[in-house]
Amino acid sequence: MAHSTDLDLVNVIKRFGSHAAVNDVSFSVAPGEFFSILGPSGCGKTTLMRMIAGFEHPTSGDIRIRGQSMIGVPANKRPVNMVFQSLALFPMMSVGENVAYGLTCRGVSRAEAEERANRMLERVGLKDFGERRVTALSGGQRQRVAIARCLVLEPTLVLLDEPLGALDLKLREHMKIELKQLQSTFNTTFAYITHDQSEALVMSDRIAVMNQGRFEQVGSPRELYHNPATPFVASFVGETNKWQGEASAASNGSVSVRLPSGTVLQGQGKEANKTSLAFVRPEAIALAQDASALGALANRFEGRVSAVLFDGANSSLLIDTVGFEQPVRAVLPQAGPLAGIEVGAPVHLGWTADAMKVFAA
Amino acid sequence: MMTKSAQRLTLFLLLAPAILWLGLLIVLPHVEILVLSFSERVAPRVYAFGFGNYLEFFTEPLYWRTFARTAGMSILVTALTLVLAFPIALYIARVAQGRLKAMLLLLCLLPFWVSELVRTLGWMMILRETGVLSYVLQATGLTAERVEFLYNDGAVILGLVYGGLLFMIVPLANALESLEPAVVEAGFDLGGSRWTVLRRIVIPHAMPGIVAGSIIVFMLTVGNFATPVLLGGKNGLWFTEQIYAQFITRFNWPQGAAFGMLLLLLSSAIVWLGLRLTGQSLGTTLKQA
Amino acid sequence: MLTKRASLKLATALAALMVVGTAQAAEKLRLLTWADYVPKDVMEQFTKETGIEVEVTLSNNEEMISKLRATQGAGFDLVQPSQDRIAGPQAEFGIYKPLDLSKIKSDLFIASMLEATKKNTTVEGKVYGVPHIWGTDGLIVNTKAAPKVADYNDLCDAALAGKTSFRAKRPALIAFAFANGMDPFASYKDPKAYAAMMDKVGAKLAECKKTVKFFWDGKDQLLNALRSGEVVAAMAWDTGGWKLNSENADIKFIAPKSGALGWVDTFAIPAKGRNDDAAYKWINFNMKPEIAAKVAASAGNFTASNGADKLMQGKLKDQFAESFPKAAIDNIKWYPAVPAGIEEIEGKVLDRLKAGS
Repeated sequence: MAHSTDLDLVNVIKRFGSHAAVNDVSFSVAPGEFFSILGPSGCGKTTLMRMIAGFEHPTSGDIRIRGQSMIGVPANKRPVNMVFQSLALFPMMSVGENVAYGLTCRGVSRAEAEERANRMLERVGLKDFGERRVTALSGGQRQRVAIARCLVLEPTLVLLDEPLGALDLKLREHMKIELKQLQSTFNTTFAYITHDQSEALVMSDRIAVMNQGRFEQVGSPRELYHNPATPFVASFVGETNKWQGEASAASNGSVSVRLPSGTVLQGQGKEANKTSLAFVRPEAIALAQDASALGALANRFEGRVSAVLFDGANSSLLIDTVGFEQPVRAVLPQAGPLAGIEVGAPVHLGWTADAMKVFAA
Repeated sequence: MMTKSAQRLTLFLLLAPAILWLGLLIVLPHVEILVLSFSERVAPRVYAFGFGNYLEFFTEPLYWRTFARTAGMSILVTALTLVLAFPIALYIARVAQGRLKAMLLLLCLLPFWVSELVRTLGWMMILRETGVLSYVLQATGLTAERVEFLYNDGAVILGLVYGGLLFMIVPLANALESLEPAVVEAGFDLGGSRWTVLRRIVIPHAMPGIVAGSIIVFMLTVGNFATPVLLGGKNGLWFTEQIYAQFITRFNWPQGAAFGMLLLLLSSAIVWLGLRLTGQSLGTTLKQA
Repeated sequence: MLTKRASLKLATALAALMVVGTAQAAEKLRLLTWADYVPKDVMEQFTKETGIEVEVTLSNNEEMISKLRATQGAGFDLVQPSQDRIAGPQAEFGIYKPLDLSKIKSDLFIASMLEATKKNTTVEGKVYGVPHIWGTDGLIVNTKAAPKVADYNDLCDAALAGKTSFRAKRPALIAFAFANGMDPFASYKDPKAYAAMMDKVGAKLAECKKTVKFFWDGKDQLLNALRSGEVVAAMAWDTGGWKLNSENADIKFIAPKSGALGWVDTFAIPAKGRNDDAAYKWINFNMKPEIAAKVAASAGNFTASNGADKLMQGKLKDQFAESFPKAAIDNIKWYPAVPAGIEEIEGKVLDRLKAGS
């Protein structure tokens, strides 16, 4: 019977002593989905993944794969395979033997296992690599062997534990795309854990942001980015400006925040009459040489460029702004009169009330 | 020029102890034994060069049979030691943590704080007819008569395995410790049973340690003297006893020297054969030990 | 550079000091002997009288010869091998020096024993040994557990399976040769006949091995086994038997029917001994009746000292009298000197005995 979800976690709790590493987590992953769990190190995401793989056992709650409870099922009997952070290729075996290993464990004959391993290697672009030692491979090739080793078993779910962490930047960028393509080619469900928000944002269909053993928010990359549900998500996902101040309510979701300097900002939020945090994305900040160009914005200020952080399309400016203790970060426009702006130049900046999310601190 | 020769002198002085140690304590005695082994007694105080002492080993069944028996039992002891040491080493390397790990290693080391002779005498007190084991069996009613466990091959093997255990556990634990936990987990994750993971991942990884430990234990066992003499029966002659007898009770030094050289050569040949059969090289093995 | 040279000088000076230091230590006698031959009070008295310190190393016949052979007779000033083990090794290895008999007070010795020993230890007209302690090899028997044991062959009695013992050394070969109607000493001069005889003895011992619990090696090992009853009859030295007899009257030393084997331990001087004067002083001191009596009591054996027997304790005398009726004394087989090459023949027989199954 086809099941509408590949993976369901129901109220899973994992305690180590009195510390709850995973605290009442529930979620479902649909077939073919690329699902990421994003969180800082120590947030419990690795423990969560190891419970799904079968290396740890939940203190309470249930883990189901295609509706089947995995409680009491050992790791080697689960239709789940894992790509380890270190890849954990078998150094005592050749590339082909690594890929064929899982098949032979299942009782597939040696010849057939070899045949299927070679076909899988071909699909991941490692044709004729079967005889090589795994130690003789490049980082990207090892990565592909680790994934091929899982995919050859046609698992319901592939778990990936920060497999790109050890790669250098260029290769990592390349592998992000390759992984995503592999996943869609094989149409296998991937559960991916990472602390790198860019990896999660680029590859995932959905992301769960995890912090201190709990899920803060589950949603598409867009949702998380544009509509963070908690201050943690707002600050962890993507670049942002963050200020603290006293909020006071206005009508229909509008909030005004008074910074310690006395400056008042207009934003969106539910909380009022409390110490609050206000977040604005750098790309939401409009810049102009002329104050009149920003006339329509609810928040308008004047400042002086204190630093130009040039990084191609990701370039930004730090602007010393009257009323703010720290410089405000804004995206540097790549065209127009401001493209060539220098340190020390005066500038006007502003943003809409919608662009500023306000949360209770 | 001055500084160069001074540097050379410093280097020489630093190396001197090692060279002296190797030269005086290892190379020189072996050369002397080798020379001695080629001398044959012609008349009192008259010796001539010849291969007779070596021929004697191959022509007198007594001697090569003793050697074959010694080598065979040593291989058995090595295999038993390996089988016993493997789970212990696995536990020390993979399961035990921190203080417990140190404690366990210390526990393995403890018997070596007393001399081999004392350890062997300890076994004698346990195994002899009026010893602890026999007494316990009688007291619990398992046997009616006193039982002699001493003076047989079983007692010799027991004593030798006990003496070799540490030398197997340490290189094994070393080798197993370097096995990345994730590799073992991957073995399970991809569907391997405990036995598959042990056979295809853990044992191949530990192979250099297994070989290193086996070589050490085999060499120690083949060359052991006190344990087979004290625990062995009236039937079991160890090859080292044969060497001792030639030197001490027969005053036939050239024959003893030839036996000594043969022990060295034949046991090295067995080790070489073992390396070939397991496809290991001495280089990787030495790194592990 | 200067400091290096200075430190080198310092080291040389230190080394020189150490050499001087050893040379200035008290005069020393390095004695290689058997256990219990040097009681503490005898040693102290000697040091007091002569100012010579005695450094004792314990050993047995084979090791004494091997040690001296390794150094060509250096390392000790006085050794005590059995009288039959002097002439052969001397001819083969030259490890002893002739005794200066003028320095030995011959009237301190039992005259017949001194003469016999001198004769046995003479090589090319020179005397190499004088007697000190003598005793016998026979049977130690637990008469309650093994009442029938009267000769060496009885150790092979199937009724005593797993409860007898002997040493896999040459005395066992000699003893079993006599017990089976052969005279090994008569064949000493004929290696071929001797080898044939030893092969026969070897076959007999191989047969006997089934009843043997172990071939004993150390004296204490055997005595413990006899005490605990693990062994009830064994071929061993008389002294051990009498020691056990004092503890347990059931255990007796028996002179075997075919004859106890008589041995005499001697004094001999190694070829490269450094202190012959001290050696002669020690010999003469030890042969004084009152000293000899103390040593004999300590060793549990008899002494070649003339007159010491009158000073000995009654117990040992009684035990000797019980073990050795007049006929048994006459039947003691005294070892003649072992010619070179005999040990080779015996060794192989013994190796086969120990290795075979």
